[in-house]
Amino acid sequence: MSRPEIGRQEEFRLLVEQHSRALFGLAWRMTGNQQDAEEVVQETFLRAYRSFDRFDGRAQPGTWLHRIAVNCALDLLRTRRHDAGRVELQAVGSDAGDAVPARDTAPGPDRLLLSAEVQRRLTAALGRLSPTERAAFVLRHYQGCPIEEISRELRMSENAAKNCVFRAVQKLREALQPLL
Amino acid sequence: MHLSEEQLVWYRYGEAKGAAAIGEHLAACATCRAAYQSLERVLAAVDQMPAPDPGENYAAAVWQRLEPRLQQCRPAQRDEGAVRSLTLTALFATWRRLALAAAMAVLIVAAFLLGRFWPRPQTVARQPIPEQVRERILLVAVGEHLERSQMILIELANANPGPQLDVSSERQWAADLVGDNRLYRQAAARAGDPAITAVLDDLERVLLEIAHSPSTLSGGELERIQRQIESGDILFKLRVVESKVRRQEEKPNGL
Repeated sequence: MSRPEIGRQEEFRLLVEQHSRALFGLAWRMTGNQQDAEEVVQETFLRAYRSFDRFDGRAQPGTWLHRIAVNCALDLLRTRRHDAGRVELQAVGSDAGDAVPARDTAPGPDRLLLSAEVQRRLTAALGRLSPTERAAFVLRHYQGCPIEEISRELRMSENAAKNCVFRAVQKLREALQPLL
Repeated sequence: MHLSEEQLVWYRYGEAKGAAAIGEHLAACATCRAAYQSLERVLAAVDQMPAPDPGENYAAAVWQRLEPRLQQCRPAQRDEGAVRSLTLTALFATWRRLALAAAMAVLIVAAFLLGRFWPRPQTVARQPIPEQVRERILLVAVGEHLERSQMILIELANANPGPQLDVSSERQWAADLVGDNRLYRQAAARAGDPAITAVLDDLERVLLEIAHSPSTLSGGELERIQRQIESGDILFKLRVVESKVRRQEEKPNGL
């Protein structure tokens, strides 16, 4: 391996160190499971590496990687869309059914039951969102992206992006409202 | 008059038009306040979804898996265009430029669809891997075209007819889709698939209607477009065709 190539890899390794965890969080929110999230992170870095020479530092590396990750996750969701209804949100190292931590330090049995049911319904509702609805919602709700940015990232009109977020919220609301 | 659900959602996300007036209304109206509080409870529950911690050594593990693959994917400087063409993201980023080169695109896409998307009786010789990758990407592009077309139709079908509705971005979007749609329709017709040709033909008429509409629609004009969408049951037909394309896309080797 040539010296510039070694330097390039070292530079890239620092990016991997700094951004892996954040990208995993984003990918997990978008895909709903650990295995897919890890696949998205790997694919993100591979795509990023291919175009690393063109990354000239004008954008923040985090923003650049974040955009690639969103697209990787969307691609993955689209190719697995037939399974979208069965997407399960799983916490790392725990079963999906009891993953929501209650706010109280000693929640009563009623509250635990309610939390589990909220979790179950939320998991199902998120799994029923279309890939673009889910992506738009994650970007808006968890990443705090304004609609204008979401429309740019998902390559759709601002109205379409707004509709996606709104439909996602509606679906989540329909699923959870009876319990809350 | 109460606030709409949409107003509440965008107020919650800080992107509502007339946020001050909405805030004042919420302070004065118990019904809307209750609806808003209910929305906040739902979104708070979403916030409580546990974000998994991949572990302290996650970055090291990512690098360990990544490093052996980096040398294989190192692109030569002159290959950047080819690499770019392998990403769906970039495919759409260059879509407008492809549209400008429409004559070439017709040949490529039609050849692809004629040869691969609609099966032919004669045996097709085994294709080299890069060709399969390219075809798979094009299949994804067909699926994306149908999905994007559905989105614009759903958006207009669900719009509330008011005195004026700004559809300038939808017009532009529809105009972009018309060219692509024409390519796919022509390819389907040449391949002798009347069902898909008919659906794409219906879609093209609606897209043209939208593309040629004024940038601001009156209630009557919007309703006319909505009737056109509903009368042909076009959204249902599009879902069926898209589902067929996605099934092709998901087959091993892309086809």
